[in-house]
Amino acid sequence: MSLTFGVLSVQGDVLENILSVEAAINALGIDGTVTAVRTSDEISKVDGLVIPGGESTTIGQLSKFNGSLKTLKEKIEQGMPVLGICAGMVLLSNNANDKVVGKIDQPLLNILDIKLERNSFGRQRESFESDISLDSIGIPKFNGVFIRAPSISDVGSDVEVLSKFNEKIIAVKKNNVIGVAFHPELTSDISLHKYFVNLTNTLKN
Amino acid sequence: MLPLSGERIDAKGILSEKLDSIDTVRGSSRLKRGFAHMQKNGVVMDVTNVEQALIAQEAGAVSVMVLDKLPSEVRKAGGVARTASIKIIEEIMDSVTIPVMAKCRIGHVSEALVLQETDVDMIDESEVLTPADELRHIWKWDLTTPVVNGARSLAEALRRIEEGASMIRTKGEPGTGNVAEAITHIKKVNDELRTIKSIYDSGDNQDLVRISREFKVSYDIVEQTAKLGRLPVVNFAAGGIATPADAAYLMSLGCDGIFVGSGIFSADDAQQRANAIVLATTFWNESDKVKEAQKMIDERQSIHGLDVKTLDLRMQDRGGSA
Repeated sequence: MSLTFGVLSVQGDVLENILSVEAAINALGIDGTVTAVRTSDEISKVDGLVIPGGESTTIGQLSKFNGSLKTLKEKIEQGMPVLGICAGMVLLSNNANDKVVGKIDQPLLNILDIKLERNSFGRQRESFESDISLDSIGIPKFNGVFIRAPSISDVGSDVEVLSKFNEKIIAVKKNNVIGVAFHPELTSDISLHKYFVNLTNTLKN
Repeated sequence: MLPLSGERIDAKGILSEKLDSIDTVRGSSRLKRGFAHMQKNGVVMDVTNVEQALIAQEAGAVSVMVLDKLPSEVRKAGGVARTASIKIIEEIMDSVTIPVMAKCRIGHVSEALVLQETDVDMIDESEVLTPADELRHIWKWDLTTPVVNGARSLAEALRRIEEGASMIRTKGEPGTGNVAEAITHIKKVNDELRTIKSIYDSGDNQDLVRISREFKVSYDIVEQTAKLGRLPVVNFAAGGIATPADAAYLMSLGCDGIFVGSGIFSADDAQQRANAIVLATTFWNESDKVKEAQKMIDERQSIHGLDVKTLDLRMQDRGGSA
């Protein structure tokens, strides 16, 4: 059965994720397509969704405005696989604090029970690349691209930690939901997108 | 990810160091250009104080750009326009969670270094301020913080990228509330991209090298851009945007996002207008939503606007020949 992948196209690096998912589909030889989605109607038709990097306040507010935030939450709770990247992971969380500003009131999906800090590594000058590993999902080495990245200090009992950088949690998983603090779509390494496409394929078929 | 065309891997702005014994790299092209990628489909708003910055964030802006005066005020005031007060930049950085950008004068290396030290997220080497050096722009490869530059043509854009710009925006004509120049600039860039792409596709390297000499850039950056068929960095619209429809039209011309200078906080309905321009930028290809956004503003409260033909000061010409 053919799979339909979506990349949430509200704000952020949508195209880069479409290219990475496309490359992953081709590399795995899976029957599938990927498109940009934004409306509730479009979101309800996809089998797996990437929430890309961008500004979480912007993506959240606009998704709330066009009514898609509710659909997103329902679909994810019903088991749709989702890969939340940076801002995407912030949106998946149940609370967001900023390193400098503190508690923030912004629309969130309330899916992952995690203690998240935005801009956790500092401002853009502190953005960095470093090798990381996601051993538990078979990716021993990955170029982590951290751009004003969030991190997680604690997770609920149902959330699995996939990777840490210096004691800060940078990748998590809860059943069908993956959240990462770094940007795989800004590298040519498609192994994380492949893992996500495979997960969707397994859960769907 | 777009290929990192023209990347200088030996740039001084790239810092390799250990973070608690783990090897890390800062200031790479991937990180600097990547930051601009996260701004795509968003609106960057010019602000002069904390109150405006909070309104911008609340409206869904992806960043704020801190200035001492809005471009329209700079135009009225005359004199020399310089980088904003560091104290105000810092106050804004402590108040919003979205990135904070600030402008420095064209060619003013020390203003850029001061902004980098202040930890702004991106520096705009901007024609809105009085150029410090008409002949030379900043060698941006020396900076760890990414820089955005204005351009009126593909040649200007590629010159800035070769100097290390991580993002390009049209120059338009700032502070006029007149979108015509921004439209002219993006159409010119698009037209020139189509031209070099077709030359590349035809395999005529002889003509590509002619273009590189005309553009005053390297053959390599022309070839790589021609192959790609678009700028190798994110390209925003800027200069004169005043209404939601202005923003939507520029997005439809292929811009990756929007900078709004005087258009919002020189208008009398700033809060509504900030919301409306964000909506029109996001939903530019859904005409019913653009109409809804346009309905949120009152034309009687728009910035009055200036005819570009009668201007004494054409900011877009600053640094343009360099």
